[in-house]
Amino acid sequence: MQRIDALPIHIRAVTKTYGAVYALDGVDLEVRSGEFLTLLGPSGSGKTTLLMVLAGFTRPDAGSLKFGDAEVIRMPPHRREVGMVFQNYALFPHLDVAANIGFPLKLRGIDKNDIHARVESALATVQLQGFGDRRIHQLSGGQKQRVALARAIIFEPRILLMDEPLSALDKKLREHMQIELRRLHEQLGMTTVYVTHDQREALTMSDRIAVINHGRLIQLDDPRAIYDHPADPFVANFIGESVLLPVEIIDGKPCYRGRPLQVAAGHARDDKTTPGALLMLRPERLVFMDDARADAAAYNRFDGVVGHAVYQGENFVTYITLDDGHEVAVRSVSRKQSLAAAPPPGSTVTLGLHRDETALIPGHTAAAGNNNNDAETNRGHKP
Amino acid sequence: MNTAPRYMAGRMSGRISGRFSGSWLSRPASDTQVTHRGRLWLYALAALIMIFLVVPTLIVIPMSFSGSQYLEFPPRDWSMRWYDNYLQTSEWMTATWVSIKAAVLTVLVVTPLATMAAYGLYVSQLKAARYVFILLITPMMVPVILIAIGVFFAYTRLRLNNTMLGLVLAHSALALPLCLIVISAGLKSYDMNQERVARSLGASRLRAFMVITLPQIRFSVITGALLAFIVSFDEVIVALFITGSGMSTITRSMFLALRDQIDPTIAAISTILILITTAALVAAQIFGRTAQKKS
Amino acid sequence: MTAAAMDINAAALRRDERREKLALFSLCAPASLLVLVIIVAPVGWLFWLSLFNDAGVMSLDNYTRMFESKSYTRIFITTFQVSFLTTALCVLLGYPLAYFLAQLPRRWAALGMLAVLLPFWTSLLVRTYAWLVVLQRKGLVNQWGMELGLWEAPLRLAHNLNGTLIGMAHIMLPFLVLPLYGAMKAIDFDYMKAAANLGANPVSAFRHVFLPLSLPGLFAGIIIVFVLCLGFFVTPAVLGGGKVIMVSMKIETLVDLFFNFGTASALGVVLLGLTLLVLFAAHKLLQLDRVLGGGHGGNP
Repeated sequence: MQRIDALPIHIRAVTKTYGAVYALDGVDLEVRSGEFLTLLGPSGSGKTTLLMVLAGFTRPDAGSLKFGDAEVIRMPPHRREVGMVFQNYALFPHLDVAANIGFPLKLRGIDKNDIHARVESALATVQLQGFGDRRIHQLSGGQKQRVALARAIIFEPRILLMDEPLSALDKKLREHMQIELRRLHEQLGMTTVYVTHDQREALTMSDRIAVINHGRLIQLDDPRAIYDHPADPFVANFIGESVLLPVEIIDGKPCYRGRPLQVAAGHARDDKTTPGALLMLRPERLVFMDDARADAAAYNRFDGVVGHAVYQGENFVTYITLDDGHEVAVRSVSRKQSLAAAPPPGSTVTLGLHRDETALIPGHTAAAGNNNNDAETNRGHKP
Repeated sequence: MNTAPRYMAGRMSGRISGRFSGSWLSRPASDTQVTHRGRLWLYALAALIMIFLVVPTLIVIPMSFSGSQYLEFPPRDWSMRWYDNYLQTSEWMTATWVSIKAAVLTVLVVTPLATMAAYGLYVSQLKAARYVFILLITPMMVPVILIAIGVFFAYTRLRLNNTMLGLVLAHSALALPLCLIVISAGLKSYDMNQERVARSLGASRLRAFMVITLPQIRFSVITGALLAFIVSFDEVIVALFITGSGMSTITRSMFLALRDQIDPTIAAISTILILITTAALVAAQIFGRTAQKKS
Repeated sequence: MTAAAMDINAAALRRDERREKLALFSLCAPASLLVLVIIVAPVGWLFWLSLFNDAGVMSLDNYTRMFESKSYTRIFITTFQVSFLTTALCVLLGYPLAYFLAQLPRRWAALGMLAVLLPFWTSLLVRTYAWLVVLQRKGLVNQWGMELGLWEAPLRLAHNLNGTLIGMAHIMLPFLVLPLYGAMKAIDFDYMKAAANLGANPVSAFRHVFLPLSLPGLFAGIIIVFVLCLGFFVTPAVLGGGKVIMVSMKIETLVDLFFNFGTASALGVVLLGLTLLVLFAAHKLLQLDRVLGGGHGGNP
């Protein structure tokens, strides 16, 4: 299939309430032309509602939605020319594969032979050559997913919407399809809005990620920026694993337990108005300090006592209780020498965090709380 | 009568024991350690009840071929005279045509109405939908006799008594609840995302419904239509009041005839009705099974 | 964000939303109109008529007469008696049958269900006629009974209460068996297995595990049967031989012979009221039943 001219999407002040609950609370979002943007958030965050607003199935209470220069907020779904892939595929079981994929073309009154040729081409694009006359129930989960995708792109929509399309697949197939979806996006180039609650999927596939919670856009950034510099404690906890330590700002400088922290220039995100900030500790960024390190001076130091360790195959995780009672995890690669060098339980250690990887998150001390519980729940998806 | 249940039970146990090699009787019948022998009383009882359900109706069939004025079983001499009588009596023929016409028209009226209403109630998500649903199933909750005299009273003023239009409207109202319930159930088990996806692919709501939704709830719609047909065809009480000579339905005529004397012609008509029902049931079974295999 | 920005397109969107909901809702309009014109309005009219006495004056005469006249009281008693006995017969016959069918392997159960479905779909009039043929004085049962020497003189089986009850039980039985069978099929037989493993003998396993779990289905069946019986007309009219007068039949006579809409309507209104009362009570009782069931389950 040919490369498609993409369209940017402008979302402005979109609000949707259900009774007293705000499903979307004044969302502003610009999706760039041709980008792969992921809406990421926990269930009930409003990400799917926003996608349904884009598709036209949910009518917001207020707001503006433009595809390119055209206002579409009041346009019915069938005139929006948007490709859509649903979580459960929503293939038409009474039609065969070719009829499913050709459905949008048939609606547009395209000539039969033409439809046939384009269906073949679409099947090739999703690597399902020769599957045209299969029945839907004969397909595997991954094949159904490809058919749903082919059906959504065959009429060359300039915008493609996907609602957790991979969540029904098993892990291996899901990872394979992530790469394939990404490849397809690069090949076709349509503006793609992708909804998921799987932060790893979002990090893997997206050009940019929009983190959504309680119907609000929390942060919009590229995956690295989202991971390294979360805008608030929620993002820090939702994406990856982290422990947040309270930080005081003394004379404009961040301090942890009275000791000043080294922060790389430009990486500090605290603004002067907040009285405090949070220091984000990610397990893979922490190292056991060894004074023999050449650049030992570039590390911020934290003292603590070693608790238990967990062996996870490619990694092992050591849990350390810091002097102020926070328990942090340190992730090390399972190499022979690092395993041998692991400190025994009960010993005191010093952890180091390089100043270039030291990230401060705006927020009150109280908001930090004990984040271990959130970290636990996210453990299954961590990178 | 005594031998029949034993025969039935014997035949059943015989077939099963063939499969389970003799010791079947001593095997546990369920997970609670009761052996089949300990349950023979249940099997015998169930067989008797099934006989009670099926046999009295079916016994009409051979009796309808009796040659004599009196209904006997088994008939002493066989003949088709009651069938001839049915086919050659113009009252019976007219009544049959009225019934068929009324039932077909009822199906044609009530199926689209029920489908539209089921869809509207399902997708509009209004609080009022609940109350409209209750309104639409009232014909099922009000005693038929009350509906009958009410309709009769209203039709007297509307001059609809003894008209096909009046009969079809009344039967449509009576058939609506069942038809609506069946189609609503079909919609509930249908994945609405399919209609959404069709709309996103460029189909208007109406087109998406016709091309995607309707083909997939077709079994519910057909079942609903079938039920509507049966409700209309089988209806006696309303027809008793609002139709008269020339517009009498077959069941109404049968009812009136039964009140007076036992006319063996009715055995012939009954046989025809039983055979049609059985055929429809078997067809539905086969139809349903192939449909299951396909999807 | 300014207040103005919050409200972009709000009025237009609200209008669209209302229009769409209305359009969808109007799909119910034809069906609603049919029910309103054919059922609700005429029945309401009858209700209005029932409030006028023979002299055309508004009064409750039509209702007070029902309580004063013994013949009307008897009709109501008969109606309840027949409904109650029919329901009881259906439970006695239906429970073992459903229990048997629910435990059969699938293929056999399908075959067994035919025995329930065939009469279910057969015309009610045909079945009533069949019973008349079987039960009448010179009918099959009497013929065979006397041939076998079981009884001397023909038994009075049709044209009375016996015939009515047999015929009605036959017609109502599928209505009881179908929901009951559904409820029994939904019971996880692992419960029975667990009870057996815990040492319950089969009878107590049935009593304490299976029976309580099947009760909701049985209850649903009982309500359906009872309510349908209350308004029954055809079968008692044919098999009762004029000796069993139910409310529906009285209403028919009043209108057909005497054109007395006032009294007939009042009877109909009371019948409707009783039907709704039973349904309402069942609704309340069912919830009560659930509460009791929960308490029982917590203390096995």
